[in-house]
Amino acid sequence: MRHRVCLSVNGKAEEFDVEPRLLLCHLLRAYVGLTGTNIGCDTSQCGSCTVLMDGKAVKSCTVLAVQADGCEVTTIEGLAGADGLHPVQQSFWDHHGLQCGFCTPGMIMTAVEILDRNPDAGDAEVRHGLEGNICRCTGYENIVKSIVAAGAGGTS
Amino acid sequence: MGRYVGTSVKRVEDPRFIQGKGRYVANIQFPDMVYVAIKRSPEAHARITRMDTSAAAAMDGVVAVFTGQDFKDGGCGSLPCGWLVPDTKVPDRPIVVTDRVCHVGDSVAVVAARTPYIAADAVEAIEVDYEPLPTVVDARGAMDDGAPLVHAEIEDNASYHWALGDQEACEKAFAEADEVVEIELVNQRLIPTAMEPRAAAAQWDAASEEMTVWTTSQNPHPIRLLLSAFTLGIPESKLRVISPDVGGGFGSKIFHYPEEVIVPWVARQVGRPARWVATRTESQMTDSQGRDHVTVARLAMTSDGTFTGLDVETWANQGAYLSTFAPLIPTALYITLLSGNYKMPGVFGKVHGTLTNTVPVDAYRGAGRPEAAYLVERLVDLAATRLGRDPLDLRRQNAIPKEDFPYQTPVAFLYDSGDYDRLMATAADRADYAGMRAAQAEARGEGKLRGVGVVCCIEASGPAPSAVAGSLGSAVGFWESGEIRVHPTGQVSVFTGSHSHGQGHETTLAQVAADELGVPIESVEVVHGDTGRINFGMGTYGSRSACVGGSALVRSAEKVRAKVLKLGAHLLEAAEEDVVYDREAGRVHVKGSPDRGKDFGELAFAAYTAHNMPEGMEPGLNVVSFYDPANFTFPASSHICEVDVCPDTWEVRILRYVAVDDVGKVINPMIVEGQIQGGVVQGVGQALTEIGSYSDDGQLLSGTLLEYAVPRADLLPGIEVDRIETPSPHNPLGVKGAGEMGTIAATPAVANAVLDALAPLGVSHIELPLTPERIWRAVQAAGNGA
Repeated sequence: MRHRVCLSVNGKAEEFDVEPRLLLCHLLRAYVGLTGTNIGCDTSQCGSCTVLMDGKAVKSCTVLAVQADGCEVTTIEGLAGADGLHPVQQSFWDHHGLQCGFCTPGMIMTAVEILDRNPDAGDAEVRHGLEGNICRCTGYENIVKSIVAAGAGGTS
Repeated sequence: MGRYVGTSVKRVEDPRFIQGKGRYVANIQFPDMVYVAIKRSPEAHARITRMDTSAAAAMDGVVAVFTGQDFKDGGCGSLPCGWLVPDTKVPDRPIVVTDRVCHVGDSVAVVAARTPYIAADAVEAIEVDYEPLPTVVDARGAMDDGAPLVHAEIEDNASYHWALGDQEACEKAFAEADEVVEIELVNQRLIPTAMEPRAAAAQWDAASEEMTVWTTSQNPHPIRLLLSAFTLGIPESKLRVISPDVGGGFGSKIFHYPEEVIVPWVARQVGRPARWVATRTESQMTDSQGRDHVTVARLAMTSDGTFTGLDVETWANQGAYLSTFAPLIPTALYITLLSGNYKMPGVFGKVHGTLTNTVPVDAYRGAGRPEAAYLVERLVDLAATRLGRDPLDLRRQNAIPKEDFPYQTPVAFLYDSGDYDRLMATAADRADYAGMRAAQAEARGEGKLRGVGVVCCIEASGPAPSAVAGSLGSAVGFWESGEIRVHPTGQVSVFTGSHSHGQGHETTLAQVAADELGVPIESVEVVHGDTGRINFGMGTYGSRSACVGGSALVRSAEKVRAKVLKLGAHLLEAAEEDVVYDREAGRVHVKGSPDRGKDFGELAFAAYTAHNMPEGMEPGLNVVSFYDPANFTFPASSHICEVDVCPDTWEVRILRYVAVDDVGKVINPMIVEGQIQGGVVQGVGQALTEIGSYSDDGQLLSGTLLEYAVPRADLLPGIEVDRIETPSPHNPLGVKGAGEMGTIAATPAVANAVLDALAPLGVSHIELPLTPERIWRAVQAAGNGA
């Protein structure tokens, strides 16, 4: 049995017939063709696949594609605007907030939500907010620095 | 010298990663692609008595199902081991097993299907009956009398025995010692857990008979060599191996894995492009794992605290098969490091490499060196306790003095340069060590369990002189290639055999090349990870890319400059000795007359137009160098960690972490700091949270990220990084490796801090990781439970 899913991905309307078991992360990668959303685990621990669904950061490996029906999804590819990089992206670049880059899309999407909740989030709040995202390269030090700086207006 | 080396140039590779444009293997997709899934053994040791693939093969969307026999009949060879110490017994390691599985996760059958979901369903539909066989999982227990044999032909499960050092001096040291401290410890199994699970993709061109393989490898050229010569049998000239963006490796992506054979073999069989992407669970039970030593050791000293001897015996768990470089890690990268940063005449170590029904063990960040550092640094702390000495003070007393470099250890290595006393003094100063100790005394007075851990650690990085590697058992050389191709417009392409999977080579190697040639960094592009574009290379591991790969580029740049200089002199109608190559300006000019000169771009163009060349000079401006290092380099570190252990929950809270490292000259301080920070957190993970554990019957108990606890963002409050620089005389850049030092030092730094905190409770040793449960048990056992 297949289901029709209509959703907006990065502002563009998309429509697919999918199996009910299809995960949102696979819909984005294989159907929409947006491979920026990486998959790093199968138990919803790593957060690499984090996207924004109706403005909330969700792990797209724990959302069925059918659950995203009618939703607005933003992926890492949809973050930069016409005027260039999103401030969080820019801050990750400025503060060496990434190494291999694999967890980065999920980190950035989570960071957007952390700062959406509190633009002045400090070190401890950011570390707490990243609890669901794993990075194996950076030791988190520069990720935290990137996010705090982006919140403070990217001026640090 | 130069505009770029020594400065924190922002990474040129970042824009694609921060915008979701990383080119990972899992992103490779072709029309008509088949998706490969692999049936894995749930048993650690068993005979396959029946397998039925018919239901799977009949499923709609399944393209083909293959068994181990199909791969064998189809010409696939077994996976070889590339490092053999004398008398190594190597078990056969088939691509897909035919009759017997030896660890949980062993490959049993392969499905190719129209979608990954169908492939996963088909794998479930394959029926396999297993007759369980006895298992062994313990590194030392594997050699016990009557232990089950992993491979019947390998007696005692002992793959090899190896020893190094001055045994006579060692025995003398213990015979004459005033004090001896002993320890028995486990360096626990770790699972590397790069965030990108392994993956492979392949495309077969039937017309040209060319195979392209994309793989998550740290070293595509050696993989091509192994595929061609041993496992897949396609000539190297017809085989292109590409490692595009790779999402972390930490050693686990060095090795040649079955899936790198399975995927291209399937692609050719079915005549369609093929792709396999590991699930995390698959990665945890098939990526080569790390560490897993059981060690008994003792340290001899005089009553004034002078170390005189170290005697070590280690059982190193190699898992069910020998992974590509497995025997190297506990031999030439472990026993050789047992002298630490200390002057000790009598160092002797022996190791037994044992086979068990567990996932193969090979290099994981640090690879042998963390095992040595943890052992030595725990012993030094025990010595300090025995002598009633301050542990930092005792380390400074025994450190190799800077005037003794180059320093020959009793365990083969010739240390290049260092100033360990200054290193420790810098760490002590940065941490306010005296203040920390005063605060500790105060905290203890208030009933707190406060501890301070200090270490001084050594690493051997930048492997390796090829002849030395060969004499120690390597089947390959460890030089590196670097090609500089100057295009007619003066743009520069740099082709390196090193591979970046997070280290930032596209930036640092561009810094080196730009400075060497005197061109803007924007005009330099670094190409890596593709056997179709780079002539050859040995890849990245052992913190070798700057030392060896960077040096190869320096050699090529020297040759480019020499040719450009000669061409410039000719065009300026001056004698060669009357012109100079100005590396600041990227320009050849007449000495004393900067105006009479030609820019790099003009000379590059002239080299390609070839209208007016010096007598005998060939057109073009393209140089390849193969650099074989004269020696390893020896980075060092002193880290200081301050912790509180909660007397209610027994959780460890890190209050401060100070890392002072000497990685020689630094090309990009921002990137080096990032390497140290990331390395430290991996080392803290080993100390506090991570363990790859098996049940007695060989079940992997930490097969997902639910059970295998990698550090999260809130494990540390932050890391304070500082450094000193003693340039390595062993390479033209003066660099030492920076990738592993943090990991090596952090585990003993944290362990020493926690055990220092628990000292008042009579606890002197706890096996890692130092979880609340383990700490609580140790405190109870010491009779001090609250």
